[in-house]
Parts: sequence; C-alpha cells; structure tokens
Amino acid sequence: MNPALLLLTDSRLPAGGHAHSGGTEQAIATGAVHDLASLAAFLRGRLHTSGHVAAALAAAACTLSATRSPDTLWDLLDAEADARTASPAQRDASRTQGRLLLRVARRLWPSPALDGLAQAVPNPHHPIALGAAAHAAGASPEDAALAAAYHAITGSATAAVRLLGLDPVAVHGLLADLAPDLAATASMADMGAHSTEPPGASGTPLADRSWAELPARSAPALDLLAERHAGAKVRLFVS
Amino acid sequence: MAARAAVGTSLAGGRTVVSRLSSAPPLTLRQTGPRTVHLVSTAAGPLGGDRLELDLDIAPGTSLEVGSVASTLVLPGDGESVMVITARVGAGASLRFAPQPTVLAAGCFHRLVVRLTLAAGAHVFWREEIVFGRYGEAPGRCHARFDATYDGRPLLRQEYTVGDPALGASPAVYGDARCIGTTLVTPETTTPTPAAPAPAAQGLAVSRAVVARGAAVSRSASEAVAGDGAAVSRTVPRTVAADDPAVSRTAAGAVVADGVAVLPLAGPGVLVSALGADAVELRRRLEWGEGVALGDLAGAACPS
Amino acid sequence: MGANHDDHHHAPDHHGRALRLGVGGPVGSGKTALVAALCRTLGGSLRLGVVTNDIYTTEDADFLRRAGVLDQERILAVETGCCPHTAIRDDIAANLDAVETLEDRFGPLDLVIVESGGDNLTATFSRGLADRQIFVLDVSGGDKVPRKGGPGVTSADLLVINKTDLAPLVDADLGVMARDAAAVRGDRPVLFTSIRQDPSAAAVAAWVSEQAHSWPHEPVPAA
Repeated sequence: MNPALLLLTDSRLPAGGHAHSGGTEQAIATGAVHDLASLAAFLRGRLHTSGHVAAALAAAACTLSATRSPDTLWDLLDAEADARTASPAQRDASRTQGRLLLRVARRLWPSPALDGLAQAVPNPHHPIALGAAAHAAGASPEDAALAAAYHAITGSATAAVRLLGLDPVAVHGLLADLAPDLAATASMADMGAHSTEPPGASGTPLADRSWAELPARSAPALDLLAERHAGAKVRLFVS
Repeated sequence: MAARAAVGTSLAGGRTVVSRLSSAPPLTLRQTGPRTVHLVSTAAGPLGGDRLELDLDIAPGTSLEVGSVASTLVLPGDGESVMVITARVGAGASLRFAPQPTVLAAGCFHRLVVRLTLAAGAHVFWREEIVFGRYGEAPGRCHARFDATYDGRPLLRQEYTVGDPALGASPAVYGDARCIGTTLVTPETTTPTPAAPAPAAQGLAVSRAVVARGAAVSRSASEAVAGDGAAVSRTVPRTVAADDPAVSRTAAGAVVADGVAVLPLAGPGVLVSALGADAVELRRRLEWGEGVALGDLAGAACPS
Repeated sequence: MGANHDDHHHAPDHHGRALRLGVGGPVGSGKTALVAALCRTLGGSLRLGVVTNDIYTTEDADFLRRAGVLDQERILAVETGCCPHTAIRDDIAANLDAVETLEDRFGPLDLVIVESGGDNLTATFSRGLADRQIFVLDVSGGDKVPRKGGPGVTSADLLVINKTDLAPLVDADLGVMARDAAAVRGDRPVLFTSIRQDPSAAAVAAWVSEQAHSWPHEPVPAA
C-alpha cells in the first residue's frame, strides 16, 4: 500500500467529506437505521452496492490516468459513472465531492493527469477524482479501489455516531468487521480495471471488454433516501 | 433448453408492420393488435438450465408494444437459467415493453440480462418487475443486469442481486420490500405527425397542472389514441400536487413518494424506481411514478 | 452537476479577489442579524456575496433572502454535517467552493462574508478561508465571557459585543466586558452594538468598509 492512501482516506482530508452522510441522515430520520445492528446492515449494503461501483470506477480512473493520453476519455468514464447513478441527488453529491477532492489533489500532487481531468470534467464524479488523485499520489488501482470502498462507508458511520449518539468504538467495530469485505471489493475492482479497457483501446471501435461491463450494482433504497434527503426541509448533512 | 424468439417491425406506407414474429417455445409470441405483441407461455419456466433469448428490433419510425399474458415464474432445475432480452430501437421509433412480473420461485438460480440500444430520438417505456418468491416463499437467487445506451452513450446501467439475505434486507438496498421494479422512460424528441385534435372525452384523468400545460397534454392525449408514435403514451401523464406532504420534489426535478422515486437521469430519460411489499403495491407505485415521469417529460417537451 | 455551484472551473486564484470576512460566534449572539445589517449598510458601496453555514438546513440563508438585503442569488448556503467549526477551520473545502462560486458568478466582488454556524468559544476561521474575522458575543451570555477568552475572543480581528440594550436586564457590566476583552486582545478592536437599536450596525460597518477598501483587489469600476 502506498502511504499516500492514508492521506486520501483520512476523514481529516480537507475535501468536504465531513458534511456527507451518504443517506444515513435520512435513513435515521425514517427509522430504518436506529441502532448498531441496523447500521451494520446499512453499511454492508452500501459497501456492496454503491461502494462496489465506486471502487470499480476509481480503479478504472487510476488505470486511465496511467495511459498515454487519457484526456479524451475522461468524459466517457464520467458518463459511465452517470449511467450507474440514477438518482440526481446522488450524482450531485458525488460531483460536489469530486470537485472538492480534485481541487485538493491538484494542490497536493500536481500532475498532468489531474489537470487533464479538471479540464475535461470540471466536476467529476467522486470515484473518478479519487482514482485520478490516487494515481497522482503514486498509488495503484487497487489502492484507489480500496480508498473508494472505504469512503463509501466511513462517512455514513461517522454520521450515525453524530446523529444517534452511538458508542463510537462500537461503530468502529462495525467498520473493522467489514475489513474483509473491503479487501474483497478492492481486489474485485482491481481485477475489473485490468480486464476492462477504454473503448477503442485495442484498436477496434469497441473493445470486447470495455467500461460498459464495469459493475453497476444498484441500491433502490439508497436512491429513495437520497431524494428524500434532497427534498427535506431540515437537514444537517449535504447528502 | 435453448430458445431464441424475435420480433421485428418495419415501416410500410407510413405505418408500422410487424414484419418478423419468430416464436421459440417456451417463448411464444402472438400478435394481438396492429402494433401489439404478447408473450404467451407455452411451457413452464424458465427452468434451471434454460437459456432463453428474446430479440426486439424496432425499425426507425415504427411503434410496438410488447406485453405478456402472465407472469414469468422462474423455477429451479439443472443449474442456472438465463434470460437475455436484446432490444434495438431506431430513431423516431417507439417501444413500450411492459410484461407481467418475473417471480423468483424458491430454489431458482436465474440470470436476467437486458440490453437496450436506443438510437437518438428513440422513445421507450421499459418496465421490469421482480418478485422475491411466491406468496410466503423465500426467493431463489437472481442476478439481473440492465444496460441501456442512447445514441451510443451510456444512459443507464443497473445490477440487482436477489436472494442474498445479508445484503437484500439491508436498509440501504431493499429493506423489507419483497419486490422491486423499474421503468425507464425516454422522452419523445421527434415531432409526431399531426394527429387529430385532443379528444375531449377520452376519460383521461389529466390533472389540473397538466391541463395548464396545454400543448403538451393535447399531444400526448392524442397520441394515446392515434398515430404511430402511440405505444409509449398508454400511461396517463400526471403531475404532483405541490401541497401533498407525502410527496416531495427536489430542485433537480426528482419526485419521491412512499416507496417510489422518479429520477431524471443524466442522459435523456427518467427512471421510475419502486419497492413494494407485494406485486400489487409495487405496480401501484410504479404506475404512479410512470405517470409523473410522463407528465414531466411532456412538460419538458413543451416549447414554452 | 452541482445544484448550487456547478460552474466552478479553475483553481483558486488569490490575486485580485474579494476580501473574505468570517463572522463567527455562539448560537443566538446575533451573527445573522449583523450580516443582514452589514449587507444593508454596505450593499450600496461594495459588491457583496454571502455564504451561510447553517446548522440546520438553510434557515439563515432564507432569513437573509427574506430580509431583502441582497440579491437572493448572491447568498449561498453550505451544510456542515453537525460540525460547524469543522467547516470553517479544519475542512474548509465546501466554504471555499461556495465563495469561489460567488466570485465566478458575480465577480469581481469587493467583499464575501462567510457566516459560521453558531458554535462555541473555540471556533475560529481558518486563514485559508477568511482574511479577516469578526467574533460576535452578546451580553446575555454573561459579562464574564470575554475574561474566559478562547480563540474566538482573543484572536478575532474584531470582537463585537452585541445586544447592549439587554445589559441592564441581565445584570451585565459593559465596563467589565470592555476591560477584560482589552486584557486578552491587546490592541485589537472591540465594538459594542445593539443591532436592535441600530439596525445599520454603523460602527461595525465602518470597520468592515475600511478593511475592504484597504484590501488590494480589482477596484469598483467608476460609475
């Protein structure tokens, strides 16, 4: 693991992540998450759906950063993220966090790939910014995937600590329990990033295994929660 | 068993003709109207081990509606059952795909693959409903993958896994729902042939706000009864009362009510996504959302 | 695309931009009323933008919009996820984003005010976000608050002690507050106000105006 990954996944990274609960605030408002057990199920579901997709996209973005001329393809990878995010509120939250992360990353690890991404997609989806930032920091696609998977659950866990007053050590215990799932998710995403190529990368109009085949696991309840949250009059978190 | 059925349309004298109708039991197709085809099951299943394919080819400017007379009951058998539906919808073509739900019987092991290739200006209404087991029954396993591209760009990619209790019951995924459904609707972008004026007494329950949109209403209402662009507009557009506390609309245009969300996609289209305790509740929620989606799309298409 | 700030395209540029003024202080001390007063008093002479950091939803932003002191579009709200101090001190990303969005949309501006969510006495603005900061106390918190100090009281560029009209009612000694504040603040200014009695917050506005005019940036174009 590259030490830069520690910076990228630290909740103290000043990239705006602290204000996002990833649906947790609304899940608590509806009563769906109310104790440790329901939070554990929520986090597991989040990791294996949107976290899994984010990990795959981050790995793909990291891989793309390493190619000779990624700039023309950022837009297409970003469109693949759009197609996997049916909820406008979640697209908005993802792009807001992506933009803020990209800004921080360009100051920490200036690189042509990050400049190219900012030029092509000023408000990239968060996993794409994360994958590009991971590459700029010297991390691997698997590292990028791990960071994305971890990001998918830590913000939600912290929000639950704040909103439900749960024992923070017990909540961190839930995160620790998910460590094997995190590793598996990152490993699967890494394999996906290596076996998929940008369309046209093999000289054919559409490579047989293209980004189209990246995971697309949906979470209908998260979509509902995200839109409920976006329409809520009272809220503490952005998402 | 491996079977491959197909439906194709072509344009003849400005009208849609079902020019190809190829059944392959258990996928048996019957033409039930000038532009309507139904799947009628002539055998149980799919069963484990079956590989069934359905190809839909909707030529530019034509219109087709595909339904089914009964739900599809997926049963266990020898290994995985696979259902692959491939649809190509041409420019200015219109496809309404709204079969009865797929029910995952206990012990089944199913894979559902939908590939939807939409040309620019293709008008589609595509409904999928998956029911987690028959009444009182735990579902088998199912993996569904849905991919739609529009004018060569990714529009919607979704995967659903059913039958993993540790995951499905998560409040982030399905919660306590027993069925899931989605309907993808893409907007009509071509100007339809001028149709008869809106029939005033078609019994269409169009709400006040839609009426206020004038042009959009008369067009979609007229298409429901005439014109080749009619297939998608069978669902009555509706709008959401601004003062309904159970419904919220976000700044980005999403509408959410109990168990159903109407989600404007990044590309041209709206996804209605619903959860339900049973198939009846699911359908009620989906239809409500479909109405909102069509109402919104009609409003967006209105030049004013 | 971001619903609020979707048109930010470039990295921060610290040359020629507006003065960024942080307004912090405990809950209920009158931060939002002060910001409204500043907009009212300075809106004619300075090109303004405002970012609010509500604890709950967009109440402060809505208050300012309703007050009609500024074009609604020039007020952006940032949610802070239960941690208003984090958003102005440790992770300023969302606030910076909002400030730069305002400058992109309406720039050049002379002054962008960032109002923090109500917090405790330890909350101060990062120098990466605010060039100047005002800390607002009110007398009803007791006349011993300045003596207790804390980074807000001691290090803010201007300490405002608000609601002086309530002093007799809560038995607060303004002289004690002034003396204690001076003891911990040295030469840095302290102003006593009652925005209820002086809705223009004239003295505070004069201080802010002086800061804005001495801030090197693209000048107000000649009318």
